[in-house]
Amino acid sequence: MSSDLQDQDFTDELEHDEELWNPGHRACAGCGPALAMKYITEAAGENTIISQPTGCMEVVSTPYPESSWGTSYIHNIFENGASVASGIEAAYKAFDRRDPDHLDVQDSDDLNIIAVGGDGATADIGIRALSGMMERGHDVLYIMYDNEAYMNTGVQRSSQTPFGASTTTSPAGDESIGNDTNKKDMTSIAADHGVEYVATASISNPHDFKQKVEKALEIDGPKFLHVYSPCPVGWSYESSKTVELAELAVETGLFPVFEMEDGEITSVNKISDRKPVREWLEKQGRFKHLFDGEEPSEEAIEELQTWIDERAEDLGLDA
Amino acid sequence: MSESEDPYENLTITTGAVVEPNTSRVNKTGSWRQFKPVINVDACIACGQCDTYCPDQAAKPVEGEDYYGFDLDYCKGCGICEEVCPTDAIDMIREEK
Repeated sequence: MSSDLQDQDFTDELEHDEELWNPGHRACAGCGPALAMKYITEAAGENTIISQPTGCMEVVSTPYPESSWGTSYIHNIFENGASVASGIEAAYKAFDRRDPDHLDVQDSDDLNIIAVGGDGATADIGIRALSGMMERGHDVLYIMYDNEAYMNTGVQRSSQTPFGASTTTSPAGDESIGNDTNKKDMTSIAADHGVEYVATASISNPHDFKQKVEKALEIDGPKFLHVYSPCPVGWSYESSKTVELAELAVETGLFPVFEMEDGEITSVNKISDRKPVREWLEKQGRFKHLFDGEEPSEEAIEELQTWIDERAEDLGLDA
Repeated sequence: MSESEDPYENLTITTGAVVEPNTSRVNKTGSWRQFKPVINVDACIACGQCDTYCPDQAAKPVEGEDYYGFDLDYCKGCGICEEVCPTDAIDMIREEK
């Protein structure tokens, strides 16, 4: 290797913007959720209060006395990201009503209150708080970043872990093909609460994701976004493949990208020539056991493919 | 890059464990790196895909030039930039330390 490449260093000559998601955070190399946090701050801007329950992104961004956030930020315990965001919103409205000049923010429409939880904190542990937030109608955008298991504590399955994935609490073995449930449909749960705007997005398409964050923040009342963000450690793949795997999950239909308004699907990111899920599975160590050529493994892949095909038909995913 | 204060100076635990924003910049994650991104400045078209997909804000335009470079203080060497670069202008090389 030539030494001039070893010496190449532009560190002191770079043009940095005023980033609201700062470097120095302790996320693993190639972290998908860290990209989601970057896009959320870029779309929402600095006039934002983030409420974040325990999870990877909380742990990596706020080890005392450091913070990676340029926005206002509050960490709360695992189950109540949505509750704390609800309280902030209610307090803000009360202050504003009593004394409209009390706060710097002139109009409540200028302030963004966003709760950002992982799949475990949202779909499992925090779902009661989230349900309450949506049912009471708080003006909060809830964003679930989905890395398909409890990664921070060591890859335990969550209700977003896909069928067939080996995790530490759904290990593959002689009698097990790994996790034996499909992903819980959080978008329908949110829509059935009467949430006006519900959407899914993937970190492989930041433009689309940021547009959805901006659109959601324009709407009064609760909003729910589900953003797909791969984890190199928990899924066991090379850190450089994060964007590729997020895109493949969309192209295989495992993670459909769509919007729902007032309970109806209003736009679907159509897929032409949808790829078989096998292409996505074989790139990840957590599905390695499904490629041993045995019959139960083949059946498991078939079962996951059938689930995807049925959802694709329901959503009208195929172009 | 904006200078943020050193949060470890006069460290005490505040009520509610409140911390200042933008302070994680003191943590230079570049030390984690095993592979280092290098740019072929002639092949770079300054599209900014590496910047868009960098989780560590480490791929940025070089001042006064029409190509991108890498902030080695923070780059963890994940290699996403090499994958997303449309002109293959980025190579990951094993870093000799």
